[in-house]
Amino acid sequence: MELFYLILEKLLLVGLIVSLSMVVAMYATWGERKVAAWLQDRIGPNRAGPFGLFQPLADGGKLFFKEEIIPLVSSKFLFILGPALAMITALLTSAVIPWSTPLHLFDRNIDLQVADVNIGILFVFGVVSLGVYGIMIGGWASNNKFSLLAAIRGASQMVSYELPMGLALIAVLMLVGDLRMSSIVANQLENGWHIIYQPLGFLIFFICALAECNRTPFDLPEAENELNFGYHQEYSSMKLGFYLFAEYINMFISGVVMASLYFGGYDIPFVNEASWGLNQNLLAIIGFVVLLSKAFFFVFVFMWIRWTIPRFRYDQLMKLGWTRLIPLALLNMILTAAIVLWLKK
Amino acid sequence: MTQLTQRAKQVDRKPMTLLERIYLWNILKGMMITISHLFKRKATIKYPEEKRTFSKVFRGVQILNRDEEGREKCTACGLCAVACPAEAITMEAAERQAGEEHLYKEEKYAAKYEINMLRCIFCGYCEEACPKDAIYLSQTFAPSNYGREGFIYKKEDLLIPHPIENPEAYKKALGEKGGNA
Ligand code: SF4
Ligand code: SF4
Repeated sequence: MELFYLILEKLLLVGLIVSLSMVVAMYATWGERKVAAWLQDRIGPNRAGPFGLFQPLADGGKLFFKEEIIPLVSSKFLFILGPALAMITALLTSAVIPWSTPLHLFDRNIDLQVADVNIGILFVFGVVSLGVYGIMIGGWASNNKFSLLAAIRGASQMVSYELPMGLALIAVLMLVGDLRMSSIVANQLENGWHIIYQPLGFLIFFICALAECNRTPFDLPEAENELNFGYHQEYSSMKLGFYLFAEYINMFISGVVMASLYFGGYDIPFVNEASWGLNQNLLAIIGFVVLLSKAFFFVFVFMWIRWTIPRFRYDQLMKLGWTRLIPLALLNMILTAAIVLWLKK
Repeated sequence: MTQLTQRAKQVDRKPMTLLERIYLWNILKGMMITISHLFKRKATIKYPEEKRTFSKVFRGVQILNRDEEGREKCTACGLCAVACPAEAITMEAAERQAGEEHLYKEEKYAAKYEINMLRCIFCGYCEEACPKDAIYLSQTFAPSNYGREGFIYKKEDLLIPHPIENPEAYKKALGEKGGNA
């Protein structure tokens, strides 16, 4: 019986989180247009519903009813696998994120985390690096030179930026001493946010996150004006939608990951919320909202950057990754290790 | 070298300073500029609800005028069609019959009068050519349409509302130009 409840609870949670990611991604497209418009002294979408709030629905509907085109010369199976993979990997990451403190319902403590695996953050990394297959397979299967070029670019970019990202992360792991996402957050509840100890690490992580999500200034795989939309050039209808959607989900998830790793997860800054004597469920919901707002802030910063700076040239991108970020990340790692050792003694 | 304009700027080829090479600082400065635009007044005009005010000499869609009694002024002389550089105007003349004096001011009138808005370049020559003050360019522009046929404006589309039967609409259509000016 206990097992049944556990499975039910987890299934519900998975459903909730997946739909949450979808809704957030939908509204991120709306938000992106709004932010772009505001930064350019325009108003942005305002026709579909109040403040253009139904715009994502209209877009989704449009994508659904577009003609489905599969190029004759493409390898069909891989062509369909590409966007599916992009979407799946984008959604998988959310499984290990601790969304908030446990809820207490029906005499059960319900963890707001799908799986507290002991290699939590490694899982995130593994899945994120799988994401590159979505781009690579899609670009290769399209049988189009621009798509292929974009796929190669995307693959090498992601591989290069995963390195400094991982190195920046190692410093955090040394502070925590555990790979579990829940203990990473718990450590911050006790000792203060990691951003205080790891400002450089966060900066590196943030830059790499931009590159991993294919966001400007590192959106080379898409590069509208040189590669004709890159790897999703041959895609139409909802398969294109999946690619675009996966990007926004990735953005949201990386916002959540950054919040969890460096900004205390669901912690409210400067207060001890446990001392308020509030109901456990209420606290959990507050924590969840706090985490969401942190993630949304990062999503906003992503957009803000996109509408501020132009794209890097490809050699600049590689140079930045290999000759700047990796040495910096290494330095950060060694310094952290030394300080941790010194304090322990 | 002689400068062609006042705006020419000397390109600075100094090597980048450390601050510039770190790049982050400059990105931050750029981001501050963009974020300041978040709070600026938006340039957008929400078109169908809000309209830009045109200048008094704006040349928009043509209007066929009537006199104070509501009689059509155009006498189908064809001078406007001749003057039109875009050949946008076509018309067919007809003779005024007895009992139609309240409809048409002159003995000859335009039974058919069409302007193709896709051809018209809104130069206003028709207005200048007209000896009867029968046509002038108003301060509205031709709204968008789904088909080309919709852009061929018939006499009914062009005629100003009747000044006695519908004085308010007449005044509005007349705009700031004043009919017989
Ligand atoms: S405004 Fe110019 S182009 Fe248009 S109908 Fe008159 S004369 Fe022709
Ligand atoms: S509008 Fe004026 S110029 Fe043109 S046919 Fe009529 S009277 Fe003649």
